[in-house]
Amino acid sequence: MPIEPSVAADADARRLPFQIRGCMQTLLVLRLLAPQAPDLLERLREKVAYAPDFYRDAPILLDLAPLSGKEPGDLAALVEALGGLRLRVVGVQNADERWREAARRAGLAVFAAGQERPAPPTAGQPAARGSRGAAMVVDRPVRGGQQIVAPEGDLVVTAPVGHGAEIAAVGHIHVYAPLRGRAFAGIEGDEGAMIFCDRFEAELVAVAGTYLVAEELDPRLRGRRVRVRHDGRRIVVEPVDG
Amino acid sequence: MPKVIVVTSGKGGVGKTTTAAALATGLAMRGHRTVVIDFDVGLRNLDLIMGVERRVVFDFINVINDGIRLHQALIKDKRVEGLYILPTSQTRDKDALTREGVERVIEELKQEFEYIICDSPAGIEKGAYMALYFADEAVVVTNPEVSSVRDSDRILGIINSRSKRAEEGLEPVRQHLLLTRYDWDRVQRGDMLKLEDVVEILAIPVLGVIPNDPAVLQCSNLGIPVVLEPKSPAGEAYKDAVARLLGQDLPLRFVQPPRRGLVDWLLRRSA
Repeated sequence: MPIEPSVAADADARRLPFQIRGCMQTLLVLRLLAPQAPDLLERLREKVAYAPDFYRDAPILLDLAPLSGKEPGDLAALVEALGGLRLRVVGVQNADERWREAARRAGLAVFAAGQERPAPPTAGQPAARGSRGAAMVVDRPVRGGQQIVAPEGDLVVTAPVGHGAEIAAVGHIHVYAPLRGRAFAGIEGDEGAMIFCDRFEAELVAVAGTYLVAEELDPRLRGRRVRVRHDGRRIVVEPVDG
Repeated sequence: MPKVIVVTSGKGGVGKTTTAAALATGLAMRGHRTVVIDFDVGLRNLDLIMGVERRVVFDFINVINDGIRLHQALIKDKRVEGLYILPTSQTRDKDALTREGVERVIEELKQEFEYIICDSPAGIEKGAYMALYFADEAVVVTNPEVSSVRDSDRILGIINSRSKRAEEGLEPVRQHLLLTRYDWDRVQRGDMLKLEDVVEILAIPVLGVIPNDPAVLQCSNLGIPVVLEPKSPAGEAYKDAVARLLGQDLPLRFVQPPRRGLVDWLLRRSA
């Protein structure tokens, strides 16, 4: 939320060729548990592939808390490697003195420890529940080619989601109309996330990166009111009647 | 208040130019000063369909880029009072359209016309985007088939997100569905989508249903807007669409089985 400067500051700003304002932005935090792991990049690449649009060019804050006291590694090389996945590292947090120095050398900003929402869980771990951010409500049809992402919580759509449209949410997805496009729930890895829709005609549904395409679905489910969930291994689509 | 109406579809060959010509002519026939602009730079079909291709001297692109005055490029229709055509260039491409240039021309046209009809090219590239950017209303021309409906859905999304009204957070562009080439027999046989199915998917109000009518092709080859063809079902359906555009509430015609005469009935029985 931008912090509005006072009127006097505004008048001042008119004489200056710039303005300085505070703002709060949500950043993704990447906590490095084992930066030396040989498959680090590969595992990250898999993670990003679950929701490429969500991660594309996302500003990333590296959380170095787990590496406190350890010998600083080559941050510049890591930043470049992450750049290759289209993750833009903007700075570090929870860095100790030596890591802070390493961050400055790599041209990164050093942030004070911030407040975190549940970070994307590591593979295999169930996600923290019940601490999601605000739901997003969409009242107009989502057309083919459009993408809607609820980056903090649930997504509620009260109009049809067309063929070729993509909707995604960190939490649950509710569509009170036909769902004909693609829906991705739990894009940060919450396997407890679900998709609900009034008329199921989806091209693809995914929960926490596990997906199912229309061809694999039981044709008897088409057109029904359903709930899509993850049972720990695979995607289950079940009718919800009533 | 002058209105800018884009006739668009995403998919090619569904009847955009025929529709733009018919709606513009129909509006002028009802006494509204109307201009129809060809945004299909490089292909230039509107002047052919309007039957004015031999009167083109200057065009839309000359007005935008070459300092030609609007009045030197506007062609007055000889059949209908108050109807003007702004043709496009065949030798240039869509890059010749600039947002500032298009805006200037549209603002100038608003000074003297009640309706400005923008005939969009197919696709979702620059030409189509320029045609829809300044629109107050959109007529989305759709054929009763799956690929056309998908493309219409796509273009509706673009209108909702990238038009001037969307970008500036104004009241959204009013969207209308115009279903063309509707063939009741083929719908019955399941070869074509039903009106209800298309409406279900696109979820916008219906401006009209234009029946499949050989007069459409004959008229476009002769350079006559189909609304000027007496007794043509397509022409009648376009006139209804114009009336609805002007706020009249008319029942849809040509969506029921055609009433067959006795001879038809006998022929079908013996067939």
